[in-house]
Amino acid sequence: MSAPVLVSLAQVLLVLLGAPLLVGAMRRLRARMEGRTGGGVLQPWRDLLKLLRKAPLHPQGTGAAFRFAPLLGVACSGVAAAAIPLLSTRTGLGAGADLIAVVALLTLATAALALAGLDTATAFGGMGASREMTITALAEPAVLTAVCALAAKVGSTNLPAIVAATLSHGARPASPANLLAAVALAVVVLAETGRLPVDNPSTHLELTMVHEAMVLEYSGPDLAMVELGAAMRLTVLLGLWSALFAPWGITTTADPARLLLGLAAFAGKTLLLGCLIAAGEVFMAKVRLFRVPELLAGSFLLAVLAVSASFFLA
Amino acid sequence: MNDLDFLPRGERSGQQAAPVATEPHELTARAAALLERGYRLALAHASHRGPEDARGEAMHAVYLFLAARPDSRVELTVPLDPAAPAVPSLAALSFPAARFEREMRDQFGVEPVGHPLARPLVRHPAWPDTWHPMRADAGARPPLDPDPAPFPFLTVEGPGVYEIPVGPVHAGLIEPGHFRFSVVGETILKLKARLWYVHKGVERLFENRTPARGLPLAERVSGDTAVGHALAYCRALEEAAQVRPDLRAEAARAFLLELERLYNHVTDLGALCTDVGHGILGAHAGRIREQLLRINAETTGHRLLRGGIVPGGARLLTRPDPARLRALARDVQELAELALGHSVVRDRFTGTAPLTTEQARALGTLGYVARASGLDTDARHDHPAHPQLPAAPRVLETGGDVLARFQVRAREFQGSVDYLDDLGELLPASGLDDTPAEIRAPGRERSGVGIAEGWRGTIVHRIELAPDGTLERVKVADPSFFNWPALPVALTGAIVPDFPLVNKSFNLSYAGNDL
Repeated sequence: MSAPVLVSLAQVLLVLLGAPLLVGAMRRLRARMEGRTGGGVLQPWRDLLKLLRKAPLHPQGTGAAFRFAPLLGVACSGVAAAAIPLLSTRTGLGAGADLIAVVALLTLATAALALAGLDTATAFGGMGASREMTITALAEPAVLTAVCALAAKVGSTNLPAIVAATLSHGARPASPANLLAAVALAVVVLAETGRLPVDNPSTHLELTMVHEAMVLEYSGPDLAMVELGAAMRLTVLLGLWSALFAPWGITTTADPARLLLGLAAFAGKTLLLGCLIAAGEVFMAKVRLFRVPELLAGSFLLAVLAVSASFFLA
Repeated sequence: MNDLDFLPRGERSGQQAAPVATEPHELTARAAALLERGYRLALAHASHRGPEDARGEAMHAVYLFLAARPDSRVELTVPLDPAAPAVPSLAALSFPAARFEREMRDQFGVEPVGHPLARPLVRHPAWPDTWHPMRADAGARPPLDPDPAPFPFLTVEGPGVYEIPVGPVHAGLIEPGHFRFSVVGETILKLKARLWYVHKGVERLFENRTPARGLPLAERVSGDTAVGHALAYCRALEEAAQVRPDLRAEAARAFLLELERLYNHVTDLGALCTDVGHGILGAHAGRIREQLLRINAETTGHRLLRGGIVPGGARLLTRPDPARLRALARDVQELAELALGHSVVRDRFTGTAPLTTEQARALGTLGYVARASGLDTDARHDHPAHPQLPAAPRVLETGGDVLARFQVRAREFQGSVDYLDDLGELLPASGLDDTPAEIRAPGRERSGVGIAEGWRGTIVHRIELAPDGTLERVKVADPSFFNWPALPVALTGAIVPDFPLVNKSFNLSYAGNDL
């Protein structure tokens, strides 16, 4: 096996094993900041192992969409983890590691879960799917426009190329185009991962849920896959964001020592971003559902400004 | 205007309810006369004594009307034929009357002639419709209908309209209720709340108990309103037995009533913040609540204040330190300021599910729901227990939205702490242990009405004592029975994801509603 393929495999394993730990750390931090003890960092892993031991259970009348959506979710996040230069720009997907392809992969996972929600034919599944697709439809234009801003400078949408270009010019992350795109994508990351102020990941109120309403019928190993997929999605999106806007530590070689350094940098950056989100959530509240479009429209506007900036201020 | 000639002279005001024997054909005109003069129907119920009783079979319906300032109570007592009981329906005059009449029909088979809604209210759909569980001759429950007719939900039709059924089992640990939303997009066109999943037969359980054994039952009508219901029960008992507690006992009872208001209001304030995703204020409200529950335990020996109210008096192990309550009041003040200073939280509360003053009045709402909509109803002022008690705080908001219901609670918390200071001056610091008044056999039938302003609103109990002093009939009217119909009205036009928030802002009791 060639070195780039090994790098990609290492990235997938890292995200697979680390994602629940990230979620655990974020929950722990939020609990401590709210004056609660909270579960340990390992709690999400314990929950996953518990769920995996349970008997699979499928609601009557559900078909392939319900069955395969959780696996597709994990697979999509896995492929994205292989493509994004999390540790090194020398990943195994070569020209396939395209920014637009990665965004499409993550949207595919969302669409699969929305279909699964519809497949249950319950009011909540449909309601959650409808809300999730509304949010996704509003978030996608912002993502693609922000991608344009980043790609325009390098002349390619290839992720390793963008990251490598950023790494070769030390001062570039602070350009106006990059800053605007960074904010635009940060809002989208929050919306796409179901965090406050768009969705409340810790609510038990079924009528207010977005992501949770869609997956309400899942249990046992399927639920474990849904949870793992969601955690990996969060990790991958944070990894993507930090690779694009804070690429420090990412190596351009496949040298093991550099890779270890990259690993430490990746873990540190992702944990820091996760903790920033968790800490921010303590002071945040969920906006009214009809205010979410305003939030995402703001993100889109920033992305458009980023594109303009990349052309006119370059 | 209809005349009030039927009232006995000199009894138009004063605490004791004046029972007025009323023939069925006189009922409508008399009720109309009372309602026109600002009385409200506080409670209506039927009573049935079986033929095996030495006094012979008898059935009657009672309508209790209350008016405030001056405190005035009128009871219209309508004799009924046990074989074919019927009363003229007051549904056209009063919305709460329509609901009480349906309850009477379900429980006793009393037919409200001319009632616009033939559907059962409290009766379980699987019970045979000829079986009336509160009748003396009801006997054991007949076998359940294995295939009862489904509830006739009104189907809203039109392009894009769909239904969301929620409950009765919910994702959180809350009481059971089924909600059927008819929705376009996220906008609620119609909401039907199906309650009545927690029928326990409480009123039947009271029957034939001694008054002392009825008290634990009254404390458990609704778990979070132990003091309110126990107090209404004891006051009804005292009126029937003609016992008058002294000022100190009434001050102690008012004290316990305010302690109950404090811990419940802070729970709701925290839950409202949690429901909009602002968890940290929910956590702090939980901390304050726990401290209040510990104060409750020190005061009465029970975290939910059970055992504090006894017939004829009250029991306090100690009087809580006012400084501790004051410190908690400052915390709650800060919590409310933080919540309303947060732009997203304030935005979620403002203008959400408004209940107009007119709607609140027409539906007969009570408690903080009414006070948030500008209706000044509060039994502590309207029906004072003792003329020398210090004046209770008066809180009124006019918005009628979630924000107003939040603010009423926050302001009432502060007012209650001030009021506790005033009441505490009338109480010995070492506590109080009044021996329960002995409720002697009155030797003849007696009845009594008890009114208390529980934290949710005005609670009314009416008791009929048999000549041997046992409970013959106890009717409990929780404010939730009046307030539940206001929830769907307020929600018309709101969006589905706001429902949990609005429901929490009403926070009505399922157990107190469905006895």
